[in-house]
Amino acid sequence: MEGLERVVLKHPFFAGLGSEFGVAISGCARNLRFAASEYLFREDEPANEFYLIRHGTVALELHAPGQPAIVIATLREGDILDAAWLVPPYRWNFDARAAELVRALGVNARCLRDKCEADHDLGYELMKRFVGAMGERLRATRLQVLDVYGTSRG
Amino acid sequence: MSTERRADETMPEDWSVPWPLRVARVRRETGDVATLELTPASSFAFAAGQFNMLYVFGLGEVAISISGDPAKGDRIVHTIRAVGAVSGALTRLRRDAVVGVRGPYGSAWPVAEAEGSDVVIIAGGLGLAPLRPAMYSVLGRRQHYGRIILLYGARGPADILYRRELEAWRCRLDIDIAVTVDHAGADWRGNVGVVPTLIPRISFDPHHAVALVCGPEIMMRFTIAALRDRGLAEDRIYLSMERNMKCAAGLCGRCQFGPHFICRDGPIFRFDRIAPVFGIREI
Amino acid sequence: MLGTKLAIERDGLQRIIDSLARRGYRVIGPTVRDAAIVYDNVTRLDELPVGWTDQQDGGRYRLERRGDAALFGYTVGPHSWKRFLHPPIQRMWKARREGDGFAVVEGDAATEPLAFIGVRACELRAITIHDRVFLSGPFLDNSYRIRREYAFIVAVNCDQAGGTCFCVSMDAGPKVEAGFDLALTELIEDGRHLFVLEVGSAAGADVVSDLSAEPATEEQIAAAERVVARTKSQMGRTLDTNGLKELLQANLNHPRWDEVADRCLTCGNCTNVCPTCFCTTVDDTTDLTGASAERVRRWDSCFTLDFSYIHGGSVRSSSRSRYRQWMTHKLAHWIDQFGSSGCVGCGRCITWCPVGIDITEEATAIRAAPAASGR
Repeated sequence: MEGLERVVLKHPFFAGLGSEFGVAISGCARNLRFAASEYLFREDEPANEFYLIRHGTVALELHAPGQPAIVIATLREGDILDAAWLVPPYRWNFDARAAELVRALGVNARCLRDKCEADHDLGYELMKRFVGAMGERLRATRLQVLDVYGTSRG
Repeated sequence: MSTERRADETMPEDWSVPWPLRVARVRRETGDVATLELTPASSFAFAAGQFNMLYVFGLGEVAISISGDPAKGDRIVHTIRAVGAVSGALTRLRRDAVVGVRGPYGSAWPVAEAEGSDVVIIAGGLGLAPLRPAMYSVLGRRQHYGRIILLYGARGPADILYRRELEAWRCRLDIDIAVTVDHAGADWRGNVGVVPTLIPRISFDPHHAVALVCGPEIMMRFTIAALRDRGLAEDRIYLSMERNMKCAAGLCGRCQFGPHFICRDGPIFRFDRIAPVFGIREI
Repeated sequence: MLGTKLAIERDGLQRIIDSLARRGYRVIGPTVRDAAIVYDNVTRLDELPVGWTDQQDGGRYRLERRGDAALFGYTVGPHSWKRFLHPPIQRMWKARREGDGFAVVEGDAATEPLAFIGVRACELRAITIHDRVFLSGPFLDNSYRIRREYAFIVAVNCDQAGGTCFCVSMDAGPKVEAGFDLALTELIEDGRHLFVLEVGSAAGADVVSDLSAEPATEEQIAAAERVVARTKSQMGRTLDTNGLKELLQANLNHPRWDEVADRCLTCGNCTNVCPTCFCTTVDDTTDLTGASAERVRRWDSCFTLDFSYIHGGSVRSSSRSRYRQWMTHKLAHWIDQFGSSGCVGCGRCITWCPVGIDITEEATAIRAAPAASGR
């Protein structure tokens, strides 16, 4: 497991994380690979895994009838895919498609949640990082919703 | 033997033939949305949620929900957005023009079944048009319902439909209304945000409430998820679905949504009945 | 007289055709044209496919000569009776501009009574299925109702099964059970060529009264039953219908749909030749002056992109979703909608698919490995 532990600690999301936490997380982790156009998960499926992108691009999509899938964001190396696995009802809120070859870390959600319950210090380290990542994503999404490039409205 | 039928005459016997009716009034709602009021020669009965097929001479037909008050059979009201040739032509009609009408078709909002419950009406964009008759019906028998809540989301302040009516309803003491827009300028003092964000904040009894939802399918999907998070059961949520429509009579096969004909089993569906196919891509 | 079995000579059938023509029917039967057996007007027996048979398989249809002069020695071709009861093109109404408005003209459709010669059991079943589609809902297809009411049906028990037939699996044949005015079983043996004729209705009895027909002997009736039994054993395909509706409705995201999508051209041949497919579109048109308008209904197919078009695009844009729609409607949703399967096991969709996609094979593949998650 030593190799996996190094991979975990090297990921930007876990920057500054103590090595004992790295061991705990890698105990729930595995290396994943997705071919271009493969879907990592679909909207409403059970969210069982915490994905961290190590290489490649993932497109987050929403589908609606009568039109092609709408890409709402693209995430890259160093990004995490979403925290739906962290809070009930543990269901994905959108589709995630590998836009090119993607290498990712997959951390089993149940395993990680249980470890966080047992060790609140681990939980707190993760929460700090999540709040930061989600806050940044929210700021970006708000700016995106502004439609600043659109024609002005009366 | 054939009969001719023109405006100011009674409805054709053959259900597949349009009934020519005169436009009594046209109201511009927003940029590409207009409301037509037609005068039927005989009283026109319909239930909230039903739709008509509207025919423009030589051009074609479209399915448009009826937006008027079911208690008033002397006017047929349609709010139409210009998205294609026929709907565009309808929004450009003037008073006294003649429109062909076939209907009413489809299933209805469960206005009678909801008596005794709280009623939560959730509309997105033009979805307010098919829900307005339900609001009229419920307000017409106000004492038979619990709380009545309307949540309405529009793209921006300029896209708000039926604004004066909404403000009049807001003045009543017995309805809760929340209007929100996706984005606005600083002169808008109301909510900004998508409709599902309003759902956690409203007050209703999920065990004795019925939700009526209409809007773009993505909006309905997220709205239903938010309602379920509030503990509302799937058999207490109703929505209005839309698909390609030609005959409106269950005979041309085009409006099928899984095993359901939207013209006949819908457009209003109780959510648990369509849950297995709702959200399936390209179904 | 209903249920009576008679025996008539070969030219007794000619007298039946003449009798129907005298009563004002347009008589339609199988004929050979463009290397296929298609339905068209017939007046004489020699216009039928005398001595012809067909060889059918996935994407394959060939006519071949038989060794005898059988009049019905083949199975079904690309035509079905739906082209007469539910015509490919039909005007629904017309309208005329008047002042600032318009007037519509309703009820000007006229029709002649039709007599069908050679309706197979699967086709009879398809007609009953269309009766439910067009006549049991809240709105009736009035022109179908009139054509159907005045249609005279001379059914035929198949003397062989085709390479793509599976009416036995669909419980739709090969024996014609009910819903006909007259039913024939062709017997050619010991140098004799005759028909065992069963009377199925008062109208049928009336036509038969023009003939001099003897009651069928027990030996002839037994021979007719042997024909049916032989056909029953020869089915080219089978379809396991147990729990098929639930299976397909629970597997809407099965990988098999992707697999068949790689082969399907969405050409719509299957919907064209299928005797139960009924989907249509309407065209609203005017003349060049814009003074008069009409609405015309015509056959359409769920395989076209237009079929599912709603503002902006088609709901079913992939061929995967369109093939899935056709097959799940036919074998599963139809049961929810109309109380029976939409498939009669005639095999036309298999024969006339240019790439030979086989609905029975697709169903078997999904049944063999249902998706784990169920959705």
